Amino acid sequence: MSVAVQLEHASVRLGGRAVWSDVDLTIEEGEFVAILGPNGAGKSTLLKALLGVVPLSHGAASVFGRPVRRGSPDIGYLPQRRRFDPDLRIRAVDLVRLGLDGNRWGLSLPSPARRRRVGEMIELVGASRYQERPVGELSGGEQQRILIAQALVSGARMLALDEPLESLDLNNQQAISQLVRSFCRTQGVTVLLVAHDVNPILPFIDRVVYVAGGHVLAGRPRDVIRTETLTKLYEAPVEVLQTTDGRLVVVGQYEPVSHHANSH
Amino acid sequence: MPEQGPSWDVLADLQLLLQFHFMQNAYMAGTLVALLAGVAGYFVVLRGQSFAAHTLSQVGFPGAAAGVLLHVSPVLGLIAFCVAAALGIGWRGRDVEAGNRAEAATVGSILAFSLGLGLLFFRLYAGSAQGIYAFLFGSILGIADRDVQVTLAVAVAGFAVLAWMGRPLIFASVDPDVAEARGVPVRALSIGFLVVLALTVAITVQIVGTLLIFALLVAPGATALQLTARPAVGLLTSVVLSVAFTWGGLALAYFSAFPVGFFITSLAFGAYVATRGLRFARA
Repeated sequence: MSVAVQLEHASVRLGGRAVWSDVDLTIEEGEFVAILGPNGAGKSTLLKALLGVVPLSHGAASVFGRPVRRGSPDIGYLPQRRRFDPDLRIRAVDLVRLGLDGNRWGLSLPSPARRRRVGEMIELVGASRYQERPVGELSGGEQQRILIAQALVSGARMLALDEPLESLDLNNQQAISQLVRSFCRTQGVTVLLVAHDVNPILPFIDRVVYVAGGHVLAGRPRDVIRTETLTKLYEAPVEVLQTTDGRLVVVGQYEPVSHHANSH
Repeated sequence: MPEQGPSWDVLADLQLLLQFHFMQNAYMAGTLVALLAGVAGYFVVLRGQSFAAHTLSQVGFPGAAAGVLLHVSPVLGLIAFCVAAALGIGWRGRDVEAGNRAEAATVGSILAFSLGLGLLFFRLYAGSAQGIYAFLFGSILGIADRDVQVTLAVAVAGFAVLAWMGRPLIFASVDPDVAEARGVPVRALSIGFLVVLALTVAITVQIVGTLLIFALLVAPGATALQLTARPAVGLLTSVVLSVAFTWGGLALAYFSAFPVGFFITSLAFGAYVATRGLRFARA
């Protein structure tokens, strides 16, 4: 297996504040990685640093063996979002198409090859039924499927998903998690998924990356998802329970708040 | 004004319409403006920048006045002031366009100041109320050959730039975060589009004036987006509507005693209301 993500002594400063510093992290190709941590700890910043949108203040970052650069077609990105504006009048299929050639300048002739590629991708995420509808009219789960198709359509080998399950109901959380897992398992797509609530993805993840208190730590789920570890990381009481069939469930006593964000 | 009214003989009517040089100029400039305004207007509505378009048109007021004062064409003064304002708005970032944020107060203050400046310039020019009237409501029947040339140059340049940056601009408009991650220069595009918008506003003001600018710069795009969610079809529809409003407005004004601006805005308003009603009825 080759290395998908490598961070060496990496630090990021935003607005004069150190978000996290001296981070060493290696993620193997094809891994499904959950990125967890309190609000404001820099989980989204970690993704943005790998996308080249946020620059490192120190250290080095590489993706698939190449130094990070903005606009790499290797990474498909789902930003943390809110839903699309209900009045946004552009079809779902057009949005996926933008993932393929939205960064190209100038006019181009109609391309049957690109249309086919977009159609195949939409079928893979199971969104064919509503691909002609304006994206603003789609439900949250439907929009996430379209966005995953958009992220993967240019042949991305890694998905950087920022809270894709937020504001989805339980069924859709399950469905989207399974969809992402299937891309990970069948096509070897590396997945970095920022999650607020770890429970829906616990059965799928290979590794956990914790962002808290200015540090980034990685570990196996069984090692990290423990009452003592989580309570320390969130600086708030968190309990890990085991169901009768062996699944883990994380229960927070109250909404975790980053003390780090307030202390600088 | 014409001695004969319109008949049902379309060819004869066209001959009547175009028998005078000022009407030929009006149709030429009007068509060029409508083509560019139709395309730019689609992006204006898609990006939710109607407020920016309106702001730019008003900031152009002292520009036109300065043009008159310096004995150069008002459209040149308009272009200079509008582009400067676009760079100013672009510099402040996208927040300004929202209209309902704190920055709106800043833009509002600049707006008021520029209108006052325009008033001063016109007064210095020996107080021509006619000039102010033409600027506020358009003066398409007084378009000189020189203005047609400037309009042609601006329209060709605007068209070329929009064709070149159209696709990344749509990407940046509907999904700025992903577009940025994919290497689209979102901020530069935003400023670039504002400059094209400023140029479009400058030549559109000649036709419908600053107060009626929505008729050509917002209504066609808004109507087209009601009718279709396909970008290519939407752009084409917006252009067709914009040209139709302009041609129709000119013809109606020519054969009646009422001003062009009234007819263009009425056609635009009618089309928008009709399509909104259509969608409402379907839903």
